[in-house]
Amino acid sequence: MEKENINLSVDLGRGLVIENPVMTASGTFGYGPEFGDIVDLDRLGAIIVKGTTLAPRQGNAYPRMAETPSGMLNAVGLQNKGVDYFINHIYPTLDHIKSPIIVNVSGSQPDDYAEVCRRLMPLDRVKAVEINISCPNVKEGGMAFGTTAAGAQAVTDAARRAWDRHLMVKLSPNVTDITEIARAVEAKGADSVSLVNTFLGMAVDVERRRPVLSTITGGLSGPCIRPIAVRMVWQVAKAVGIPVVGLGGIASGRDALEFIMAGASAVEIGTANFVDPAATMRVLDEITGYCRRHGVRNLDELRGII
Amino acid sequence: MKYLLDFRLKEISHSSPDDAMLVLEATDPVKGRKALGEARPGQFVNIQVLRSHSTFLRRPISICDVDADRALLYLYVKNAGPSTAALCSAPVGETFSILMPLGNGFDFSHRPERPLLIAGGVGIAPMLLTAKEMNKAGIRPGILIGAVSADRLILTRELAEAGELFISTDDGSLGEKGFVSQHSALGRPWTDIYCCGPLPMMKSIASIAAGRDIPCQVSLENVMACGVGACLCCVEDTKEGNLCVCKEGPVFDTKRLKW
Repeated sequence: MEKENINLSVDLGRGLVIENPVMTASGTFGYGPEFGDIVDLDRLGAIIVKGTTLAPRQGNAYPRMAETPSGMLNAVGLQNKGVDYFINHIYPTLDHIKSPIIVNVSGSQPDDYAEVCRRLMPLDRVKAVEINISCPNVKEGGMAFGTTAAGAQAVTDAARRAWDRHLMVKLSPNVTDITEIARAVEAKGADSVSLVNTFLGMAVDVERRRPVLSTITGGLSGPCIRPIAVRMVWQVAKAVGIPVVGLGGIASGRDALEFIMAGASAVEIGTANFVDPAATMRVLDEITGYCRRHGVRNLDELRGII
Repeated sequence: MKYLLDFRLKEISHSSPDDAMLVLEATDPVKGRKALGEARPGQFVNIQVLRSHSTFLRRPISICDVDADRALLYLYVKNAGPSTAALCSAPVGETFSILMPLGNGFDFSHRPERPLLIAGGVGIAPMLLTAKEMNKAGIRPGILIGAVSADRLILTRELAEAGELFISTDDGSLGEKGFVSQHSALGRPWTDIYCCGPLPMMKSIASIAAGRDIPCQVSLENVMACGVGACLCCVEDTKEGNLCVCKEGPVFDTKRLKW
């Protein structure tokens, strides 16, 4: 009944066609099954899984999280069991999920990214990789690549040579001009850009007179960053020719539509999954409801109208 | 199976100025009975606290008791900040979104012969369902609870029905004076220890248990976000690496911990 004649599908390019614009943001949804009792995983546009690196990573020391006004800081530090563990132990358990799987890839040098991509290539249900050049919580690599055009290009170039399906590059907002980085990765063959990753932030426990996070600084996410993320998506959408995926504090269909009207082709739901584990489904239903109320048959009618 | 359900506050009572026992009734009794029927002792719920404006994330609260037939969930909350203050002063009729049941819970599937439950403060709450479920399995545990003073002890009547109750208070106003770790009942030949309470208390109990080679399970309370093992925020640095307290725990055999 929800189908009617509203078509929410999005062609993000190079074979990545998603049924609807609602994807999960890496690091907030595990690998999918964690939310399988609550969310109909097959209804997701795509599942972007936890950041994956070449070698296993233990991540940062506890405490890794601080609640903040309308958001949270995290300093998880890319804890994951490595790409081979993903391939051998996690990917087979995602068999029953019909939605495309997108693997978020991280590394400390361009070759790491390329090698992870190369190992993922045989997994035909991984329809895309999201290259993370924007993690603020690791000492080397991560955000360092995402804050200069040259660094962003080096990683994009390496990944592009190793990966011939859809290549999404996730941008850091911790830069002076995000459009410069977006254009740089587009020039090196990125098929889309997703933005924004978390903003570098910090919280202090005044009773104990020390930082809340073990790493002192961490990445800020949640509705508190949404207006900045919308602004950056709007800027980048005007600056590049490839699709833009918007994220940053989306918790409702209305929030998602802000990004879409600002130029996003699709969106990712992140921190909202912690507050409302069914947030992805609600966002999708609310987008559909909006389209029904306003007679919108295709999101192209709304995309980038601002 | 995890459930995302609405519960309506049916009753609230207080045993001190800064705590509350919340009796919550599932608004969908069919799903509620199912979710509550699956709840195991030592598991927790992640509850949304909308009335506290400074509270963004859900709050993990251990399951104190359930009455699955009547779709009732019992949560004991101590006021320790804005979110718990909002829970302690919630009006009857308020509806809460609750994700449950979460975590692994206490394991007594091996049918321990002479288990001792040890709890302090708010950590006493999950021991009620634990003791009752042990009773259902034909086990009558020893239960050692402690608090600062007699007026801060909770559930003493209910726990005394479910097992042999021992009490310690810091000021000696009830039971033995001192910490639970100093109570004479600890000297009995217990086969298993189940513990929930403040970290220093659990560490001292764990060390006593280790010294006597008694298996010991403790319930941890690291700061959490998702509650389902997705965000990796609540990790405990264990001998097996960083493990999510929300998913791999909250209950851990102390042999796995770096204590």
